[in-house]
Amino acid sequence: MTQARQTSRLFALSLMASAALLLGGCGSSVKLDDKAGSGAAPISDATRPGGSGYGANNNTVPSTNVAPVVVAPSDNAGADIGLARVIYFDFDSNVVKEEFRGAIEGHAKRLTAAKGKKVVIEGHTDERGGREYNLALGQRRAEAVQKSLTLLGVSGEQIEAVSFGEERPAVQGSNEEAWAKNRRAEIKDR
Amino acid sequence: MQLPVSRRSALGGLFGGLALSLTLTAGGALWPLSAAHAQFRVEISGVGATQIPIAIGKFRDEARSPQPVSAIIKADLERSGLFKSLDASADRLDEVGRPPLSDWRSKGADALLAGSVTPLADGRFDIRYHLWDVLKAQDMGGLSLVVPAGDLRQAAHRIADEVYEKLTGDKGVFATRIAYVSKVGRQHTLVIADSDGEGTQAALTSAQPIISPAWSPDGRQLAYVSFEGGKAVVVVQDVSSGRRRVVAGFKGTNSAPAWSPDGRQLVVTLSRDGGSQLYVINVDGEGLRRLTQSAAIDTEATWSPDGGTVFFVSDRGGGPQIYRVPASGGSATRVTFSGSYNISPAISPDGRYMAYIGQVDGGAYRVHLMDLSGGSVKVLTDTRDDESPSFAPNSKQIIYASRAQGRDVLMTTSLDGRIKAKLTTPQADVREPVWGPQLNPSRR
Repeated sequence: MTQARQTSRLFALSLMASAALLLGGCGSSVKLDDKAGSGAAPISDATRPGGSGYGANNNTVPSTNVAPVVVAPSDNAGADIGLARVIYFDFDSNVVKEEFRGAIEGHAKRLTAAKGKKVVIEGHTDERGGREYNLALGQRRAEAVQKSLTLLGVSGEQIEAVSFGEERPAVQGSNEEAWAKNRRAEIKDR
Repeated sequence: MQLPVSRRSALGGLFGGLALSLTLTAGGALWPLSAAHAQFRVEISGVGATQIPIAIGKFRDEARSPQPVSAIIKADLERSGLFKSLDASADRLDEVGRPPLSDWRSKGADALLAGSVTPLADGRFDIRYHLWDVLKAQDMGGLSLVVPAGDLRQAAHRIADEVYEKLTGDKGVFATRIAYVSKVGRQHTLVIADSDGEGTQAALTSAQPIISPAWSPDGRQLAYVSFEGGKAVVVVQDVSSGRRRVVAGFKGTNSAPAWSPDGRQLVVTLSRDGGSQLYVINVDGEGLRRLTQSAAIDTEATWSPDGGTVFFVSDRGGGPQIYRVPASGGSATRVTFSGSYNISPAISPDGRYMAYIGQVDGGAYRVHLMDLSGGSVKVLTDTRDDESPSFAPNSKQIIYASRAQGRDVLMTTSLDGRIKAKLTTPQADVREPVWGPQLNPSRR
């Protein structure tokens, strides 16, 4: 990783928190970009000094210039804080299993400490069964995670539970392994 | 492009900031699809117990028109499984004068269809047909239509409908449209096509999923669920203008729209009060009224044709089953009792039947048909992954989604399950078909 990129990344991490707040506002106001699969903010391609990867000769840019790069919030954000953002479920179940208690408690702690912070919980199912019924099952999973958080003191105003049913699988495939990875709820910052 | 949001569905301010940008042409919503979406291949399997042999001649001068009208009519009649066509193209037939009926009787025809297509000075076409009862040597009448070139296919379908009705006694459904969702890679398209799969047009293109399309009773609007804003909302779109608005965009998930028979209301599934429950809402987004009150999942509602009853799916008894509730509210009654997983109800326009998807022993999801007067149930298919059945406007056919050779395909079936047609398109996965109402070709 180049020096410029390392600097940019640190800058990006600190920007991310404020970006998440900027993207917030009214509950489900996610700007649509037809090209962005996750509905998160598009990455703004700022000019990079040294022209790394962009094919342009930027010899006129001072070497001390730091180009801010905003990274869209993603699952990796959880990894940076050390908190899992994906909770997996057994077949036909919306029970939040014991193994995810630590993650739930971690999110609850983080959200009760910052009342202005909002999250959306997206529930999903595997592909088996009808689409609308699966949409409702995914909603149940999202609401189960929501309930786990509100029981730990998080305000309902900070959470919106939504569902994608079977429409947004994490893993393609018609086997147990893929199905297990698709039965999930994802906690995303707003 | 800011999508207009009716005031009610902006309750709580949660939806106010939604910005949507979808690819819609300026002057209207429909534009022809690329080759990837067009060109359905139709495979018919099974035929009726009796097939009416009909001689169909090429329509006089049809080679001078942009559409092979006699071939369209022939394909329609054959696709129904109730006709066997005899080639009469060698004869010079048209709708004028009396054809050699005794000749055709000896060739085994019960009926003979002849016609003409004449281009007019103003660019429109005058299309006429005449039908003859060969056995009785009788004139069965005909019709003359004047249509623009773009309506010639629908005019041919309308003639096929008239021939079908004259010879079988049932109303035809060839001059109808279907809507379905097509998925190619990560692109989702809400497609409108003629009942034979031709003439595909894209009503909506999105990078996010589109599910649960539903035709308004007059065929002018489509309701559907879009995930374009990061969650499920119910949108109503005017087909010819492309104007769309969010009818239900409350907190949580908004889905499963179904139109009331008078076209004024939708029943929808909302999670705004926790869980998934049924609500009735006016098409303008006002007048929200909760219809079910359970701690279970209540979804996939559909109205009875007389407007008095709503059928829906609920797992209040454990697994998903189909229930009914008065449209004005009240307690729900269970309708399905065999099998542990029954979903996706559709009521025939004549009110006599309910089609639904039931999981059978062994795990396959198949189209079932229940006679609503007695409750008897028949399984109509032997495939594994059937979804979303929808009745044709004459209540005689059901279109549904299924899987064949690893692809998502559309299928139609007669109510006895004997006559089926498979519609496949090479590059796309197609699903969620809904059959639109009878069309008036002059209005399209």
